[in-house]
Amino acid sequence: MSAFRNLFAKIRAINARYHEPRMTMSGAVRLSLLVLRVYLLALVALMIYKFILILTQG
Amino acid sequence: MNLFAKLYYPLRKAWKAVGLYLVIAGPGIVVMVADNDAGGITTYAATGAKYGYHLIWFLLILIPVAYYVQEMTVRLGAITKRGHAEAIFDGFGAFWGWFSLLDLLFLDWLTLVTEFVGMTSALAIFGVPPWITVIAVILLMALIVLNGRYWTFEKLALLFCALNLVYIPGAFLVHPSVRDIVHQGLIPNFAGGFNGQLFFFLMANIGTTIAPWMLFFQQSAVVDKGMLEKDIPWGRFDTLLGSIITVVVAVFIVIVTGTVLPGIDIDDAAQAAHELMKTDRYVGTFLAIGLFDAGLLGAICISLASSWAFGEIFGWAHSLNTKIRQAPWFYATYFLMLVTAGLVVLIPQAPLVLITLFVQVIAVTLLPAALVFLILLLNDRTTMGERCNTPTQNLIGGFIVVSIIILSTLYGFSVLFPNLFK
Repeated sequence: MSAFRNLFAKIRAINARYHEPRMTMSGAVRLSLLVLRVYLLALVALMIYKFILILTQG
Repeated sequence: MNLFAKLYYPLRKAWKAVGLYLVIAGPGIVVMVADNDAGGITTYAATGAKYGYHLIWFLLILIPVAYYVQEMTVRLGAITKRGHAEAIFDGFGAFWGWFSLLDLLFLDWLTLVTEFVGMTSALAIFGVPPWITVIAVILLMALIVLNGRYWTFEKLALLFCALNLVYIPGAFLVHPSVRDIVHQGLIPNFAGGFNGQLFFFLMANIGTTIAPWMLFFQQSAVVDKGMLEKDIPWGRFDTLLGSIITVVVAVFIVIVTGTVLPGIDIDDAAQAAHELMKTDRYVGTFLAIGLFDAGLLGAICISLASSWAFGEIFGWAHSLNTKIRQAPWFYATYFLMLVTAGLVVLIPQAPLVLITLFVQVIAVTLLPAALVFLILLLNDRTTMGERCNTPTQNLIGGFIVVSIIILSTLYGFSVLFPNLFK
């Protein structure tokens, strides 16, 4: 149990250390990250659709 | 005497340069040759069998593509002294950092399974049972990394890279027509017209040339090797040489299968080796040895890419210059990935085809993200200073990255929906 506690503590410490992105969030950077988010969401939606297709079509 | 005196200093200078390069050489060549992994060999063998020499010109275009992408990791690693995972966490925050790290872990593990599939099927041709291959590979990889020196690992990896050149004598053994190679292969053309199947093959070739783990591996290797800003020109040369070698090897594989197995549908490289054995025992043997070597080299680099990335983020000692007692978690991650991936191959009826499909699809999710982060990080003047991307580098790099994203996405679509491009 203590191993898991240590792991979660470590993850929390990592999240705290990298809470703020160091890069200057200029318009171009923000736009790139937004496009990336949309792209990844679309891809995940597509994979879920494919998974449902596999399930329903046997 | 006069001529000797004139040549002495230029030759001494050149010899010194070669010596210096041999010290710096490594990450670029290793990552590029390891890119010709079991999946890559299968793709090239299938391309040659399907289209003969007609797509050699396309493979040659991939030299600058691979070079421009990987060169950026050399600069980033040498300047920041950070691996790619840490650079993403630091630059873009925890959300994108975790996304990249977990995606990399998942993708690397799945790719490792495919490397074991390649290695076991290669040695099965010589009658070696899969369980012996898996145990032998794990022991061999332990010997390679557990010596506590990055230098030894790198030189051993370079030895395996040299073995990857086995396809070159293999191609000479099948006596291809040089005239046909030049006429059909070097002049851009689309054999049989541009159709969905050809598009699939083009995308597969791009997909095997640029993989997400390569960015993470080379940047971490540059850091672990201790390369400095002044070493960047040599790192670039190393990367360029690696890009040329990897494509030359790919071309020779295409020549072998294009000469001996024209028109045959190849599903995996082991099948190609079997088919080649029927025509020429030596060529089939070369292909099988090359497939095993490719899987081994791929497995070494892929598992290291993950271990380095986790070490960077969790703050564990994560250098091959450390002993197992000094960096237990680094080596534990390395072997955990290796052993679990090896065991999957030994499970009877394991869904290996599904895993191979997953590798391609998951790669599509990580590759665009890793490439976008790479370009953005290279434009961060605060960190990169004078080594920041120039407008020309951004134009070339941006064009390559956008093209790869579009093509790899379409490739992912075609894997998910095979009838899309038919």
